[in-house]
Amino acid sequence: MIDMIKSFSLSRLSRDDKPIAIAATFILVILLAGTVYTLERFGSAPLFSPTYLIQQLQIGSFLGIVAAGMMLVILISQIDLSVPWTLAAGAMTATAVGGEWALPAALAVGLLVGTVNGLGVAYLRIPSMIFTLGVNAVMRGLMVAQTGGFAPQTKATDLMRYIAAERTFGIPHAIFVWLAVSILIVIMLRRTSFGRSIYAIGNKEAAAYLSGVPTKRVTIIAFILCSVLASLAGVLLAGYSTKAYQGMGDAYVLPAIAAVVIGGTNILGGRGRYLGTVVGVILIVLLNSVLSIMEMPEAGRQIIYGLVIISMLLVYGRGETATS
Amino acid sequence: MSATKHSDWGLRIRQNMGFFISVILFVIVYFLYHLAHPKGFSSQVLVQNSNEVFSLAMLAMAQTVPVLLGGLDLSVGAVMTLVDCLASHLLEGTGPSVGFGIIACLLAGALAGFVNGCVVVFGRIQPIIATLATGAVYMGLALFLRPIPGGKINEDINWAMTNALGDFAETVGIFDDGKAAWFQPIAGVPTALVLLVLVALVTWVPFRRSVTGRTVYAIGSAEGAAYMSGLNIAGGKLAAFTMAGLFAGIGGIFMAIQTSSGNADIPMAGAYTLSSIASVVIGGTSLLGGTGGAIGSIFGTLILKVISFNFRVFDIAPLLQPLFEGLVLLAAVSLGALSILRVKNQLELFR
Amino acid sequence: MTIRDADDLLVLKGISKRYGGVKALQDVSFSCGRGRVHAVLGENGAGKSTLIKIISGVVQPDEGSMTLDGAAVHFRSPAAANEAGIVCIFQELSLMPDLTVSDNISISSPPRKFGLIDAKAQRLRAEELLATIGCEDVNPMMRIRDLPLSRRQMVEIAKALGKKPKILILDEATSALTSSDVEKVYAMLARLKAEGVAILYISHRMHEIEALADDASVFRNGRHIETFMKGARSNDEIVQLMIGREISAHFPPKPAYEIRKPLLEIRNLSWENRLHDVSLSIGRGEIVGLGGLDGQGQKELLLSLFGVLKQVKGDVLIDGVVQKLNSPIAAKSAGGGIALVPEDRKTEGLMLPMSIAENLVIASLDELSSGIFVDETKVSASVADAIKRLKIKIGSPDDAVSTLSGGNQQKVVIAKWLMTRPDVILLNDPTRGIDVGTKQEIYRLLRELADEGAAILFYSTDYDELIGSCDRVSILYDGRIISELQGDAINEKNIVAASLNIAGQKTEGGAHVGH
Repeated sequence: MIDMIKSFSLSRLSRDDKPIAIAATFILVILLAGTVYTLERFGSAPLFSPTYLIQQLQIGSFLGIVAAGMMLVILISQIDLSVPWTLAAGAMTATAVGGEWALPAALAVGLLVGTVNGLGVAYLRIPSMIFTLGVNAVMRGLMVAQTGGFAPQTKATDLMRYIAAERTFGIPHAIFVWLAVSILIVIMLRRTSFGRSIYAIGNKEAAAYLSGVPTKRVTIIAFILCSVLASLAGVLLAGYSTKAYQGMGDAYVLPAIAAVVIGGTNILGGRGRYLGTVVGVILIVLLNSVLSIMEMPEAGRQIIYGLVIISMLLVYGRGETATS
Repeated sequence: MSATKHSDWGLRIRQNMGFFISVILFVIVYFLYHLAHPKGFSSQVLVQNSNEVFSLAMLAMAQTVPVLLGGLDLSVGAVMTLVDCLASHLLEGTGPSVGFGIIACLLAGALAGFVNGCVVVFGRIQPIIATLATGAVYMGLALFLRPIPGGKINEDINWAMTNALGDFAETVGIFDDGKAAWFQPIAGVPTALVLLVLVALVTWVPFRRSVTGRTVYAIGSAEGAAYMSGLNIAGGKLAAFTMAGLFAGIGGIFMAIQTSSGNADIPMAGAYTLSSIASVVIGGTSLLGGTGGAIGSIFGTLILKVISFNFRVFDIAPLLQPLFEGLVLLAAVSLGALSILRVKNQLELFR
Repeated sequence: MTIRDADDLLVLKGISKRYGGVKALQDVSFSCGRGRVHAVLGENGAGKSTLIKIISGVVQPDEGSMTLDGAAVHFRSPAAANEAGIVCIFQELSLMPDLTVSDNISISSPPRKFGLIDAKAQRLRAEELLATIGCEDVNPMMRIRDLPLSRRQMVEIAKALGKKPKILILDEATSALTSSDVEKVYAMLARLKAEGVAILYISHRMHEIEALADDASVFRNGRHIETFMKGARSNDEIVQLMIGREISAHFPPKPAYEIRKPLLEIRNLSWENRLHDVSLSIGRGEIVGLGGLDGQGQKELLLSLFGVLKQVKGDVLIDGVVQKLNSPIAAKSAGGGIALVPEDRKTEGLMLPMSIAENLVIASLDELSSGIFVDETKVSASVADAIKRLKIKIGSPDDAVSTLSGGNQQKVVIAKWLMTRPDVILLNDPTRGIDVGTKQEIYRLLRELADEGAAILFYSTDYDELIGSCDRVSILYDGRIISELQGDAINEKNIVAASLNIAGQKTEGGAHVGH
């Protein structure tokens, strides 16, 4: 019933595009508000300079790559809370292995974690919320035990530096990696049967299963992609900050979920556009940056951060009620 | 109907399998712990364990109520921290001011939960996202109250609450300062344990049997059907989140009393929230909502904590502790899921 | 009319309701009387469900007034309507699966002691209410989740009775019941009638309406067309009122019976204790019906053929080749392909919030792809084809499938499978809760598909349907095929007799009044 009312009041197109438009507008609001502040305080307007924006995109690329993977998992109505230590494990493996095998080894860790997550969720049907939480604890335990027992190399390799921090035409390579990931995800979601299956499973898994969609395989692959992207983000982040360290992924999981949701993806799965996730990532990164330029204390930042998420979602005005 | 009494028990046990398994598991592991502990089966060990368990047990109870709705409250750790910081300001004095302080802290916790409920009910935002956001706000407020760890708690309260009943009676000055003969057999019981049981008895047990409580279960089981049955959906959700805030608040007060300070530690709040979810699941409550209960979640917490107690007593490298905890969590949920393999009609998997 | 007006319990005047641009009800005036069973008839989308939702407080009308017992009423919620004595038994069950039977029955106003729910009194109350509808076999401490569908429906009825209704609304309430339950429900309705309760009865089963109703109202396109007393109109007239156009025959003609080379062969299929040694074969061009009381293994048979059930014993052959059917994916490509139109279109057939086009192509993505990419030209061509072939009434293929009426939704499910060009088509009660017009289109379509060479296995709870559209009918009882009927032997008497496992005896099924 509610569905019926809603689909009459908003056309399908606008239902998915509205959050993206609102979030994009809000990004401008953030930049303008920040500029008013900097003009007042320093008499300059650095926020609209290409240097600043490119730097923010570089910082955003790590969150963006994590959020891309998270979105796939959210689209099939699951969640991946093992991202923090998958990211850290990717980074720590890359630096420990070193040399030319650094990147493949890190991605292999992601592949392994994703496979475990996927198997647990698809075959044992354990709620992903709790299963990935357990996997996160195990990964943390493994990493802590490993680095505690003996001291492996934590310095980023030259290649990692190259793909994360160095620039071509003034643009950091991390942004290119994010762009490449984004293009692949968009093509996958819009043009392949895998992408269509993701949306189908997110909407009604039983119906997808009875339509002959390989639900288990799709679920496992989605988790694998999420973990591989998390470990890739870990490698980049280690390259950017020149080393891998414990807890480097802790600051990524909740912002990634927030970015996906701010971008208009339904947290219950089945609906959302990738462009929204990109916009959500940029919004969060800029919000953080502008607040730190304003020298906002941590307390204020937290409060504003929370209020922004709530008010964005209130403005989107989409709620699933009783009969949905 | 003659055989019903007997078969009803079988039915109850089957319907609450997760709960009974967690109770049995806890009893066994805890018994082993005492056996191995040099001061096992002593009041001192019990007191120490109870104090370590109390706050997380409260948080697990808090988490249970939204989970029964089919939601999740990612702000319980933040609410606990917020109340902890508030208590570190309000519980400094003596006499009646402490009483008012405790009431104010309880109200603050309940209010935070009520606000969560409002965002979910009137804002129509999914609980997990709504509380992710409100959690940040509460964390911000906590940081505002305590930018750096500090504060102070009335020392008598600290002493009375974090020791055995005997010390409590002595501090408060009842039962001949705890020296009454009849009182001696229970004088060694930890105050925190008694408080835990009391909270469960005066809040959860009546809630479970109230119309509102059953509404919460009904919503978690089938929200549409609950609405069609004429239940007060908004009221049930508001009550659930308010309960969650209240329990988290009690946890926060105890934490302040126990540490005698307030500390707005973001990673710690997050870790507590995640542990509360793990406790709920290990205690036999379904993340899908509708089945389980807060008593089970307390046992979930006990199991989690007993594992770390055992690490200490068996002198295992502490570095391995997170690994082991993760494996236990995975093993617990995987064992619970093994029944899936017996399902012969694949369609039943999607219900 | 004038005589009854004095005794009208519920009167609706000028009720209108729109959903966005769609008028669900237009200027409807309607009344129902004390102690009478009033049937509400109409195709899906005629406005029946909206009418019920307004009366029971689920939605509020845009215009118009409602009086109950002469006093104006306005219900803001189902709870308010319940309070006033209006109780509805919904088609979609209003039970909470994780709660016990007794919790469910007393969910809205439980007996209390010291302000808390009195579990013992509640249990006694559940036992009493279940006993009034002859359901003593249901343990009130069981969870709804663990009960079979037919028992759940009876619990639903007991729950409604517990609210002491003045007006009881049954919306397709018997569709999930076994025949013996249906009799109990009829007896219960007779008692309520005698007590002066007004009963609104919605059903697509004409023989039920004939057996029960005192009055009938026909709705079409959101308008109240006519109200008449029992017997004033013939069945054909009623059907005509409902669809608003002349209909020649309900069913397309059957071809002469011939023995065909089997395409699908089922040999000694057994599963758990629900299917025992089922053997059956279907040739190309044949429509074989599955009959029998509900829950005798028909659904399990279809599910096992579609690879949904695990550890099925016995063999399934297509064109003489043994097939390994361990998943829908395997079934989809077994032989020339198997398709299943599942029982519940809303949860098993469709992804409701997704578009019509997305739903249509989901089963045939492999065929519509080149390499790993979905070929959009092929997709839009075959979507257009499917919509045309099944005459699905839509605005745009990009609309959410939830915006369609029940009949059109079911057409989308069927069309989805026709796009895979299956050789074997399995249907699980495809016309349940669907309007007459769409039903006929489905019968015609099935015959066309058979003529094109498909083998069709068709489970229906509606005997008329089996008689009218099947070349052969197999009746299941307790997981076994106990009777196979063909040609003239497919008639109501034989089906009923076989369903009750009393083959050979001349017995009319008590619950089913013939036409």
